[in-house]
Amino acid sequence: MAFEGLTERLQNAMTKLRRKGKVSEADVKEMMREVRLALLEADVNFKVVKEFVNKVSERAVGTEVLDSLSPGQQIIKIVNDELTDLMGGETATINFSAKPPTVVMMVGLQGAGKTTTAGKLANYLRKNDNKRPLLVAADIYRPAAIQQLQTIGDQLDMPVFSMGDQVSPVEIAQKGIEEATRTGRDFVLIDTAGRLHIDDNLMTELADIKQIANPSEIFLVVDAMTGQDAVNVAKSFNEQLDISGVILTKLDGDTRGGAALSIRSVTGKPIKFVGQGEKLDALDPFHPDRMANRILGMGDMLTLIEKAQQDIDEKKAEEMAEKLRENTFDFNDFIDQMDQVSSMGPLEDIIKMIPGMNNMPGLDQLQIDPQDTARMKAIVLSMTPKERENPDIISQSRRKRIARGSGRPLVEVNRLIKQFNESKKMMNKMSKGNFQGMDGLFGNGAKGKLGKMAMNQMARKNKKKKKKIIRKKK
Amino acid sequence: MGLFDRIKQAFTGEKQEETQTPIEQTETTEKYEKGLEKTRKTFSSRMNELFANFRTVDEDFFEELEEVLIESDVGFEVTMEITEALRQEVKLKNPKGKKDVQQVIIEKMVDIYEESEAGDRSIALKEDDLTIILFVGVNGVGKTTTIAKMAHQYITEGKKVFLAAGDTFRAGAIEQLEVWGERVGAPVVSGKAGGDPASVVFDAVKRAKEENADILFVDTAGRLQNKVNLMKELEKMKRVISKEVPDGPHEVLLVLDATTGQNALIQARQFKETTNVTGIVLTKLDGTAKGGIVLAIRKELGIPVKYVGLGESMDDLQEFEPNDFVYGLFSELIKDSL
Repeated sequence: MAFEGLTERLQNAMTKLRRKGKVSEADVKEMMREVRLALLEADVNFKVVKEFVNKVSERAVGTEVLDSLSPGQQIIKIVNDELTDLMGGETATINFSAKPPTVVMMVGLQGAGKTTTAGKLANYLRKNDNKRPLLVAADIYRPAAIQQLQTIGDQLDMPVFSMGDQVSPVEIAQKGIEEATRTGRDFVLIDTAGRLHIDDNLMTELADIKQIANPSEIFLVVDAMTGQDAVNVAKSFNEQLDISGVILTKLDGDTRGGAALSIRSVTGKPIKFVGQGEKLDALDPFHPDRMANRILGMGDMLTLIEKAQQDIDEKKAEEMAEKLRENTFDFNDFIDQMDQVSSMGPLEDIIKMIPGMNNMPGLDQLQIDPQDTARMKAIVLSMTPKERENPDIISQSRRKRIARGSGRPLVEVNRLIKQFNESKKMMNKMSKGNFQGMDGLFGNGAKGKLGKMAMNQMARKNKKKKKKIIRKKK
Repeated sequence: MGLFDRIKQAFTGEKQEETQTPIEQTETTEKYEKGLEKTRKTFSSRMNELFANFRTVDEDFFEELEEVLIESDVGFEVTMEITEALRQEVKLKNPKGKKDVQQVIIEKMVDIYEESEAGDRSIALKEDDLTIILFVGVNGVGKTTTIAKMAHQYITEGKKVFLAAGDTFRAGAIEQLEVWGERVGAPVVSGKAGGDPASVVFDAVKRAKEENADILFVDTAGRLQNKVNLMKELEKMKRVISKEVPDGPHEVLLVLDATTGQNALIQARQFKETTNVTGIVLTKLDGTAKGGIVLAIRKELGIPVKYVGLGESMDDLQEFEPNDFVYGLFSELIKDSL
């Protein structure tokens, strides 16, 4: 069974509540049980949950319910606000040292992803801050850890400093920094070996490195899938090293990532980055509000919008809209569109960002093979230019030829053409301002009041943006 | 002696049989118990704390009980089931004192544990023929290290072991396995970094057969269970093995990190679906993790935990004794409740 989102849980509880002007204590108690369970289910530490629930209850009892909301929605709003608040409110940035090089230490348990993250971070800094990083291989314990960092360095075309596995990590760190100064590198990333927070010897080693390297940042790298123990790990590392920030890895999995909340509330240190993919550019700044939504299972509309803005070419989008109006949308545009969407990342991730979609029954089973889009593309590319421009001429014999050409079975070709025609019809309707066709598109995705609320919220945000743009134009 | 009997005896005070437990057995489990010391201690002490504050059986009590279980990573579903069952039980039996409640809780947990049959825990080694063991899991759980530890054990037993470097994706993974192969004295079959892992597996199976190896360990790249294409790649590797050795792979071991939370269950479910996992290796149990997930996996998926990793050194991979583990979890409680 997949996890139910908090939204669904709360919705169930909400149906029991009658519409009132004020949130009563009984309402809060009922809802708080659901909040508590949802948070525990998301691996948030039980102590953190307890504190959190108490805080929210206090704030919730007696609040005036806003006009547009039901008591349940009001509580969700409070929960969401508090959660965002607890996670740091704003996006944190990297501390750079006034006098280069800036030194950063990566620490954490075994298998958290320190080495990969070191590579990703170096890549990120080069791209976004014009830094010239040097990677320092100070993991002398795990076999081939140094080679791993070197391979990553090769992939990124970035220098890696290493002294083999017979020299103490403290010395490696020191020499690494000297090397950076000599070669004019302004950012040093020290990759340390994974260790248990209860391993005194190795923890002392880290403290020694810290003393010598005097880092501007010590990043604790934590696996987002970590369970209740995340608190102990984070607390222990923080007490012994006074970490400056946290990087959450493997967030591209299907975990809720409640560990983020636990760590933040136990250490008080900001989460600065999240790793969400195997490629070396899959590192993003951490957004507390988005993480709050994820933990609650509320979807992540903001990221979706941002991704769309980033990756979808505006001019192309306008052309597309024009085509839709004229009803001349053809297979060439279809491919264009597919490429644009796929540049936003895996489709199932995009879908999951839509509020309400997270809780759709069966969606947890929805898995889209990236190969599927490639296959669709192969089919379209097997059509002649004429066929692509004028899909109506594709006869049965042409379909057979397309199937052979693309190496896909005939049924798949038929299915694609059918889908294309249907989406064309729907888009045509939509472009004429008739959104009823949309119902079918999202099924009962964003269902109930909550879905509506999310949609309204989005609409409001869009309006604001529009206003801003208009103002700017003025 | 079954777990249930042992606990029953503890309750009824019939301890005669227990003293007859062979001494060797206690010696072999000594290290194991030491490794799990933290796990046991925290669980018991939390339970004791709960009972120390016990006044009456009310909603608050159940909430606290839920927290104790959740904190031990017992798993959300199992926790809910236990507390739900207890609510019923309490209604029926109406226990008054602290001891009654405690007894009801332990009985219920043992019940749930006994209910779920988790299959055979031994590794199915073939006599006089090649046994192929495939290792799967998400990134960073310790697959390669586990292979090294297991290879070391079998080599000490006099088996001829081959290793296949099926992780062609992660930087340095092949080198890591090669270093281990050298240390434990097992030949490593590897391909190019970034190459097709299935072809490495094919070569390895062929070579292991030609050279009459007893066991072939196949390492794979870590993959998150929600990446469809990567899971398909795993299926392909498995197919390649079955083609060469019809009844292989003889074991598919899912390596799980004991510090993982609820996601461990999803991992187990997904990997089971694609590769028909036959057993679980639970690594990093020597941290402060509670390992309650053992209960959840057994309950929900019926996959046996076959090995547990209790430390960094070569000998720290131990066969898993679930009865000892669960008995250990409760032993202090039982003593108190007598």
